[in-house]
Amino acid sequence: MKRLLLSLGLIASLLFAFACERKGGSGAGGNSGTIVVGYYGDLSGRTSNFGQSTKNGVEMAADEINKAGGISGRQIQILSEDDEGRPEKAATVVTKLIDQDRVVALLGEVASGNTLAAAPKAQAAKVPMISPSSTNPAVTQVGDYISRVCFIDPFQGAVMAKFAANTLKAKKAAIMLDFNSPYSRGLTEFFESSFNKLGGEIVDKQSYTQGDRDYKGQLTAIRSKNPDVIYVPGYYGEVGVIAKQAKQLDIKAPMLGGDGWDSVQLWDLGGDALNGDYISNHYSVDDPSPAIQKFVAAYKARYGNVPDALAALGYDAMKVLADSIQRAGTTEGPKLKDAIAATKDFVGVTGTISLDQSRNAVKPAVVLKLQDKKYIYVETIYPEGMTPPTSASPVAAAPASSPASATSPTAQAKKPATANVAPE
Amino acid sequence: MDTFVQQLINGLTIGAIYALIALGYTMVYGILRLINFAHGDIYMVGAFVGYFLAFQLGFATGPSLLGLSVVLVGSMIVAALVGMAIERFAYRPIRKYARMTTLITAIGVSLLIENLFVAKLGAAPRAFPQLLREQSYTLFGNAAISKSQILIFAVSVLLMVLLQWVIFKTKVGTAMRAVSFNLNSAKLMGINTDFIISFTFALGSALAAAAGVLTAQYNPQIDPLMGIITGLKAFVAAVLGGIGNIPGAVLGGLLIGIAETFVVGYGQNVGVPTTFRDAVAFAILILVLLFRPTGLLGSTVQEKV
Repeated sequence: MKRLLLSLGLIASLLFAFACERKGGSGAGGNSGTIVVGYYGDLSGRTSNFGQSTKNGVEMAADEINKAGGISGRQIQILSEDDEGRPEKAATVVTKLIDQDRVVALLGEVASGNTLAAAPKAQAAKVPMISPSSTNPAVTQVGDYISRVCFIDPFQGAVMAKFAANTLKAKKAAIMLDFNSPYSRGLTEFFESSFNKLGGEIVDKQSYTQGDRDYKGQLTAIRSKNPDVIYVPGYYGEVGVIAKQAKQLDIKAPMLGGDGWDSVQLWDLGGDALNGDYISNHYSVDDPSPAIQKFVAAYKARYGNVPDALAALGYDAMKVLADSIQRAGTTEGPKLKDAIAATKDFVGVTGTISLDQSRNAVKPAVVLKLQDKKYIYVETIYPEGMTPPTSASPVAAAPASSPASATSPTAQAKKPATANVAPE
Repeated sequence: MDTFVQQLINGLTIGAIYALIALGYTMVYGILRLINFAHGDIYMVGAFVGYFLAFQLGFATGPSLLGLSVVLVGSMIVAALVGMAIERFAYRPIRKYARMTTLITAIGVSLLIENLFVAKLGAAPRAFPQLLREQSYTLFGNAAISKSQILIFAVSVLLMVLLQWVIFKTKVGTAMRAVSFNLNSAKLMGINTDFIISFTFALGSALAAAAGVLTAQYNPQIDPLMGIITGLKAFVAAVLGGIGNIPGAVLGGLLIGIAETFVVGYGQNVGVPTTFRDAVAFAILILVLLFRPTGLLGSTVQEKV
């Protein structure tokens, strides 16, 4: 009797599992019905501002497309999953989105470490994945189903090295890196090599791990070396505290960072201590170009705050995906991934997006100065072989009010010799 | 030289925080022979109570001494109540069973608090409001000390002196010492042991909450899991000083803080990576257990509370 009950229970649960498996199956592949797109990101963990902003951008883009009639009449549905900012959880939720929800494509993640954990699942299942903002080169090297709409770390690291050496005239730099983050280690490597090539010297290199309570030990060691600038390629949570503690130690050298700083919480943690620091980023909200201002206004109306770069990249990733589905005429994995890889001169909020042979976007970066809770535009730095658009272009990356040097021929001539966009 | 002094100040700052938390571990151990693993989470609860008090009472808008005092004392009171509640509902019903039972319960309580906070508030770190106008003072050369560091030193010394006074000069302190000698004899002498144990938990929890609010002025990032590593290091500090011994807990805390900072500041010169900062505390724990299990100041004849 007991065995009978047990086997009945087993059969029941198997049936239930099958029922779940088939759910959402109708949306998968093919040429009709709702297009189900999976989004995964950190919605409750240490970098949840990232995940939330990106999700906002993705959903706003999807709603705009749906309101305009969808893709060839097909509506888009976004299924979101929270990976809590943990790589192992990212792999799990992506597996769920693929196997259970049968999504046709995936959008995510922000942190390279999490994308790297999830990408092999998408590659194996032949489901195209577009990362809005993971900048580590290894992300798209996972396979041909993985692409991204942002620039990569060799370029971003070189941008800051060039800015430090040429604009700030820094000779000595110290680096403070997040030891366990592929993002931070990647940027450190490329900043270091570029800065050395430009004649600078790295005088000290210190590391921390996410969740540390105290950074003064490292900062005191850095202070004793008297650097001109301190490069801190980390995420906003730790960086805000590092800036604050650096000011307590009376360190006057400006800190330089990357797109990982861009979050409203940065200011809650760092406050005035952040004034005078610089970051490289994907776009500037102050850019007067109509495309950007239209996006910023729509985002503000919908969510009540200014979109950070991650929201803009989430928005662009969704738009690029929609455009690719349109061009492919189908949501079948192999055809869709070819269409995504063929994206060329797509006009997005974060610039004109063209994917290179490694499926990385070739785009300029902006350098922003942090002052009184604002990001002030300083200059635009273009990748090698890309010419700045003329000011007539609707998506001019440089605002009209920018320093002349940004768009002048001399600035072009100074294009980073070391900024190599191909993954190393 | 000024770099060395600076590292010493840095080390003493976090050491003072560890010392405040270690006092709670050591007092509870002195009385119940229980390692209260939920104690690190009380430190976290203290920081979060301070966070919500600051916002609810309107002190989050700008730095003020009044706001800081109210938030500090308020979170100490709330944490004391939480500590008493944990003792009353989790530890008292099983006090008569084997000590291992209580230890496992303590770990369970710790996990319960952490996950309750994660479930209710999310694991994302929050920014604790600035309650102290931040300023740095140069001592000599390059060595600087910030207001938040002075605050940590001043408040922790004050609290430690206060604790010493409670234990040695008051009636309830005498009772605590009696209970720590022998719980059953103390009971036979007419001491209300349940009350004394409850009081000890309140005292330890209040100190941990003070550490939580103070550390949040120094590093404004607070999250529900912040008590795990800090709590473990404070436990090591208590063992290093001699668990059950109050001056030992302070000494152990300061030593762990300095050791950790020196690993970060000088470790690279001798090939020890910065990321070993957490490992050093546990390496010390192993060495203490191997060579001097009673800790630096602990001994079997010494008076314990």
